[in-house]
Amino acid sequence: MSKTRLGQTPSQTVGPFFHFGLPYEGDSNLISGDAQGQRIVVEGKVTDGAGEPVPDVMIEIWQANAAGKYDHPEDTQDKPIDEGFHGFGRCATDKEGIFRFHTVKPGAVPGQGNSLQAPHLVTFVFGRGMLKQLLTRIYFEDEAHNANDPVLGLIPEARRGTLIARKTNSATYTMNIVLQGEGETVFFEY
Amino acid sequence: MADVIPYNREEKSAQPPSLYPPYNSTVLRAPKQPLVILPHTLSEVTGPVYGHGKVLPVDADLTKQHAGEPLGERIIVSGRLLDENGRAVPNALVEVWQCNAAGRYIHARDQHPAPLDPNFSGAGRVVTDAQGNYKFTTIKPGAYPWRNHPNAWRPAHIHFSLFGPSFINRLVTQMYFPGDPLFAFDPIYQGIPDVKARERMVSRFDMDSTIPEWALGYKFDIVLRGRDATPMEH
Ligand SMILES: [Fe+2]
Repeated sequence: MSKTRLGQTPSQTVGPFFHFGLPYEGDSNLISGDAQGQRIVVEGKVTDGAGEPVPDVMIEIWQANAAGKYDHPEDTQDKPIDEGFHGFGRCATDKEGIFRFHTVKPGAVPGQGNSLQAPHLVTFVFGRGMLKQLLTRIYFEDEAHNANDPVLGLIPEARRGTLIARKTNSATYTMNIVLQGEGETVFFEY
Repeated sequence: MADVIPYNREEKSAQPPSLYPPYNSTVLRAPKQPLVILPHTLSEVTGPVYGHGKVLPVDADLTKQHAGEPLGERIIVSGRLLDENGRAVPNALVEVWQCNAAGRYIHARDQHPAPLDPNFSGAGRVVTDAQGNYKFTTIKPGAYPWRNHPNAWRPAHIHFSLFGPSFINRLVTQMYFPGDPLFAFDPIYQGIPDVKARERMVSRFDMDSTIPEWALGYKFDIVLRGRDATPMEH
């Protein structure tokens, strides 16, 4: 196809004043009713290039359910949709730069070709001082398949750990997001 | 499962860099390491799908959210949500937020000494129809000062947040008004490399959607990334 494309609308910062427009009741709790799977907390602190907490960004996550199925028509896998779990969450960081989601651990999902992707959360960071959002992922340290994950495999080994949440409690995983500098989180061009 | 159909990539001249020093707060928030190029997988081409359940008619009329009418110039903002191939994006959630006619947000951290309006909150939500159309009623927001540099002012704008058919269509942008003299001084607007692309963020005055003796109409079409085939055509 060689049709002329329409030009993309540019991205602009979400700014400092999104809190009355975007957050909503229960936005960081992805679980409704009897969602299947292991209930977990995913949390972390966002810091900037000076190492200071970032109290005014918004994190959004998108993930598969416990069976590894996305609640979306293009996921044609023969796996069950979970009526108690749709997979989207939103959380504004607090004064200390902390975000916290209540969710279930996703299952593994297909990758390119015949590959399998280890359980992960697709993660966007929006904020003042960010003319466009940043894309990253949150993986889980207790998943053996991380070693074979095709996306982690694209990342230089020394930086892979920045996308792997540590198990800091029986059901809590922690992954800090470092926007810039030492230990900088891997962000993707997509 | 068959391979997914990838979306087009970012149009570099239309999308801002993460680091744009004239906008001071980018300096400590832009990554310094190179981005890792991500092939699109099922995780990227899927995304939240919205029902209409939680969006009420009052969410589309920001002038009707309080007992009285807000002060300011009443406007109707409408347009279409499209992809780069000109296909409509139906059933998509559009979230908007803005300051009042005096340039003041209800946000607690807004220190601008302009009056709050007890009849205006400034947040709304609409869902696009089957042809990708959206429409809401509000008042024209004012310009407001900020502390990026001496005598810095933001051109009047409405913040937009959009969900397309996939999570990587996610777009947060700002809609501006035609002919604003502050464009030339605004590092957020100027952060877009291509001058023509900047103009895509500027709404146009539209007499056809203007309602006589009631409200002025502005049109703002929004274009999300597309792809060269749909799953059905593939
Ligand atoms: Fe604003």
